[in-house]
Amino acid sequence: MNIESVKYVVTYGTTDNSSITCTIDGQEMSVPLDPANRHYQAILEWVAEGNTIEEAD
Amino acid sequence: MTKAAELAKMGEVLTNSQIGGRRNIIINGAMQVDQRNSGSSVNLANAKVYAVDRFYWIESSSETPTGQRVTDAPNGFTHSVKITNTSTTTTPSYTQLVQSIEGNNVSQLYFGNSSAESVTLSFYVKSSLTGQFSASLRNGASNRSNVSTYTINSANTWERKTITFVGDTTGTWTTDTSVGLDLIFRLDDTGGTSSLNQWTATGDAFASGSVRFMGNASATWQITGVQLEVGSQATPFEHRSFGEELALCQRYYHEQGRVETGHNYEGFVIANAYTTSAARCHYFLPTKMRAIPTFTATGSFELLGSSAGSITGIALADGGGNPSVGLNISASSITDGHAFQLRSHDDADAVFTFDAEL
Repeated sequence: MNIESVKYVVTYGTTDNSSITCTIDGQEMSVPLDPANRHYQAILEWVAEGNTIEEAD
Repeated sequence: MTKAAELAKMGEVLTNSQIGGRRNIIINGAMQVDQRNSGSSVNLANAKVYAVDRFYWIESSSETPTGQRVTDAPNGFTHSVKITNTSTTTTPSYTQLVQSIEGNNVSQLYFGNSSAESVTLSFYVKSSLTGQFSASLRNGASNRSNVSTYTINSANTWERKTITFVGDTTGTWTTDTSVGLDLIFRLDDTGGTSSLNQWTATGDAFASGSVRFMGNASATWQITGVQLEVGSQATPFEHRSFGEELALCQRYYHEQGRVETGHNYEGFVIANAYTTSAARCHYFLPTKMRAIPTFTATGSFELLGSSAGSITGIALADGGGNPSVGLNISASSITDGHAFQLRSHDDADAVFTFDAEL
């Protein structure tokens, strides 16, 4: 997967990260922080390669 | 077959519990459900691409075959999936059509235990090429595999093939929501194993001497009627209703909009504004999905209602959910506290997708 523009989204009214917005293989998507989700698994592998998820606004 | 032999075979089938209840472990084996493409051709690539539901294509590099659900099928079927080679690449590490089966759906095989069950694969196949091809089973960790072969005898002719795999008594086989078993039809590989019809501690999926599909320009390969069942006998294909098959597929992928309706304006959800720039809604999935799904919104959308502003983004809210997914709609200049209908805006291709594939 080609992973780009990876950024956390927080739960409204809190500072808790709740999902990730990113572009994977050219498609903008909203990825849950679910270890069973294949896109989240790919993002974790991407992080393990030395990349960083941008903090939420 | 003599009557006695027929009765003996029937007895074996009954002993193995192959009659009664659901037999086919494969979902969408008749290639009827194609939520993403509705029969349109798709370019296959080195990322998972679904030519029909539940069956994905993956390759090691960027060859450019196409995949398509077509209506050419053997008697008793209405569809098959067709792979067409558009180049003459001869050096891919691998190219393959795969169904990844959730561990929950293969726990009855007892793989990894001394009482592991044999399973029988059957399918209809048609190709412009003849000769030996490969089919294999593999665990989710890709460190246990069993490679077998089938032979296509006549070009461009539907043929039914059956392969029985003995159960794997060792190795790690998951029985949860992760990949329990991969069914792999590998069509090309630079290597190949000669250890056939036995379990090995490898990720092999290609038999040495098999046809190299990608080296044959314009070659085609089609498949349908895919069934994987417990036991050593292939029984007739288990036809399920379209609604049942669609529901099984929706555990892994669901979408609303796009080609299913063809309407330029289609209602998706009702949302209420909680600020002047954001609204929330809950989208109820048709079934609980395998995992909390990835969400995409593609196309043009609008909010109907007083003072409704333009939409700047739609994304998961509060981590999503399953089977009720929270969505957050970012918009400009909406009225706090008002409710709105979110609909597609002059866009028949607008679509929500929910992906919990393996």
